Amino acid sequence: MSKRIDVDNLNVYYGDFLAVEDVKMGIDARSVTAFIGPSGCGKSTFLRTLNRMHEVIPGARAEGQVLLDGEDLYGPGVDPVVVRSMIGMVFQRPNPFPTMSIRDNVLAGVKLNSKRISRGDADALVESSLQGANLWNEVKDRLDKPGSGLSGGQQQRLCIARAIAVKPDVILMDEPASALDPISTLAIEDLINELKQDYTVVIVTHNMQQASRISDRTAFFNIQGTGKPGKLIEYGPTSEIFSNPKQQQTEDYVSGRFG
Amino acid sequence: MFNTASSAPVATPSSGARKARLTSNQRPKWLVPAVGVASIVVGAALSALVGFNVALWAVFAAVLFLVAATLAVSLVEGPRNGADSLVTYLVYTAFVLAVVPLISVIWTVLANGLPGLNANLLLTSMNGVTGATDNAAVAGEAPVLGGAYHAIVGTVSITFWATLMSVPIGLLTAIYLVEYSKGAWLGRSITFFVDVMTGIPSIVAGLFAAALFGLLFGPSTRFGFVAAVALTVLMIPTVVKNTEEMLKIVPNELREASYALGVRKWRTITKVVIPTAISGIASGVTLAIARVIGETAPLLVTAGFATSINWNSFSGWMTTLPTYIYYQILTPTSPTNPDPSLQRAWAAALILIVIVMLLNLIARLVARAFAPKTAGR
Repeated sequence: MSKRIDVDNLNVYYGDFLAVEDVKMGIDARSVTAFIGPSGCGKSTFLRTLNRMHEVIPGARAEGQVLLDGEDLYGPGVDPVVVRSMIGMVFQRPNPFPTMSIRDNVLAGVKLNSKRISRGDADALVESSLQGANLWNEVKDRLDKPGSGLSGGQQQRLCIARAIAVKPDVILMDEPASALDPISTLAIEDLINELKQDYTVVIVTHNMQQASRISDRTAFFNIQGTGKPGKLIEYGPTSEIFSNPKQQQTEDYVSGRFG
Repeated sequence: MFNTASSAPVATPSSGARKARLTSNQRPKWLVPAVGVASIVVGAALSALVGFNVALWAVFAAVLFLVAATLAVSLVEGPRNGADSLVTYLVYTAFVLAVVPLISVIWTVLANGLPGLNANLLLTSMNGVTGATDNAAVAGEAPVLGGAYHAIVGTVSITFWATLMSVPIGLLTAIYLVEYSKGAWLGRSITFFVDVMTGIPSIVAGLFAAALFGLLFGPSTRFGFVAAVALTVLMIPTVVKNTEEMLKIVPNELREASYALGVRKWRTITKVVIPTAISGIASGVTLAIARVIGETAPLLVTAGFATSINWNSFSGWMTTLPTYIYYQILTPTSPTNPDPSLQRAWAAALILIVIVMLLNLIARLVARAFAPKTAGR
């Protein structure tokens, strides 16, 4: 179910502009890895290159290697659609499909690809995915109601349920809790802790407490100034990054003395 | 900053004075209605001086009211509120100006069309109706015979073929423009040509279709489908523009969410983007139909004119409601007694308006039926 990711010499460009420079990192299977850093330092861009979602943005391209258990995502003949079905993604703002019910939202990954699924299997998949996203008890009586009728926190967990329903190996999360209130944030954080039993989780966050609460390893990205590329400054166990960073920049950032 | 704040004599004026300050400079409730009544009265007097009529009265009253109400409000509440009320009342005036012709048209068509609207008009054609029939009707020897059934049939079938051709073309063009072209030269030139097409006069579209079928089938080839082609030329740009706008407002997040689930692009478009925008697309298509259903000029040169019922769009001349109205008024069936023809023309105009209004209503219902559901929290 869960695979490790190794990134080597990865450069990301928007047109001619080098956005992220020379990233090298290994992400362990069944762990939570957090990316922190100031806005515009390229952590979200880099996250998108891990499942080729950056290709949706016009002009964006990546050079280098991203290995998923040894297989290069950017190798010749690799279909980005297959990559994305193995590496799911949850976005900053909850985005359930407005035309679909809660049940159909969970089944979206299956149904939109027209895979045949029996009603029994579909019910089981809906229940297990919603259980996995800690949402089952709240919505089990209204699975046929529109997903957009849920609260923001519930919608985000619905999006996580939708992502895990396609049974990916890795789940990428781009600031999944930044649009949510503290209680919903706590629910998402608890969920991430549970997801790590089965999945490799990579999360971008602006909230350093959140990173220190949920992640096993933390990567700090920084940018030298506007127009300069973002760089991976330091990557290590979370406790080390927050209590005993090796780089002065990291220490400045995590202690709030940045800039 | 802090200095002036602390040293300034903020020091409590009496609470009574403060209350007065909050509520002062408010116009009394009766002020604007009173100005309104006064302007109506003075307007009546002024128009009586020039030579009284209702239109002049309304114009004088409106102008007086605009000036007097603005002055009164600015004297009481200050120039900012004066300007505010001036613009407010100008907007109301503009609204009335826009609605008056609409009501006038509907009123005229109802008043003239209702007497002629009967089962005979709806269910018979003009086949066999001659000047003699109309002369007899005017003389009171027979009822007014002849109807617009063949024109309704023509309108429905020509519009049907036009819709069948323009909706797929327009929809696919819009999908290409929004989802695939990404500002490439092909997309930019399509956008440019669609804009040019929007401005084509309808008679030119009719001449294009007539010329095209003239080349294919010999000169003055006229049947319903030729007219449908002309209407398609007029309809495509409307459908493209509207669908394009509707697809553009589908949030990118939904596309990304779909891609992130490992869904292919064309499936994302057909299963996520179009369903999300379908209500707007459907109502836009309906409005495009309502736009071309009233075309007259292109039909005159493409569909010809018939007096009998013709369901076949691929052979024989056809009449639509607009051309029916045009010919009934321009060349009455009985040149000496045009009244029955006029009556039929007005009734046909009423039918046309009702059809267009029904289409608008259907557009709203369709939009509501397809709209993404948000209830159920």
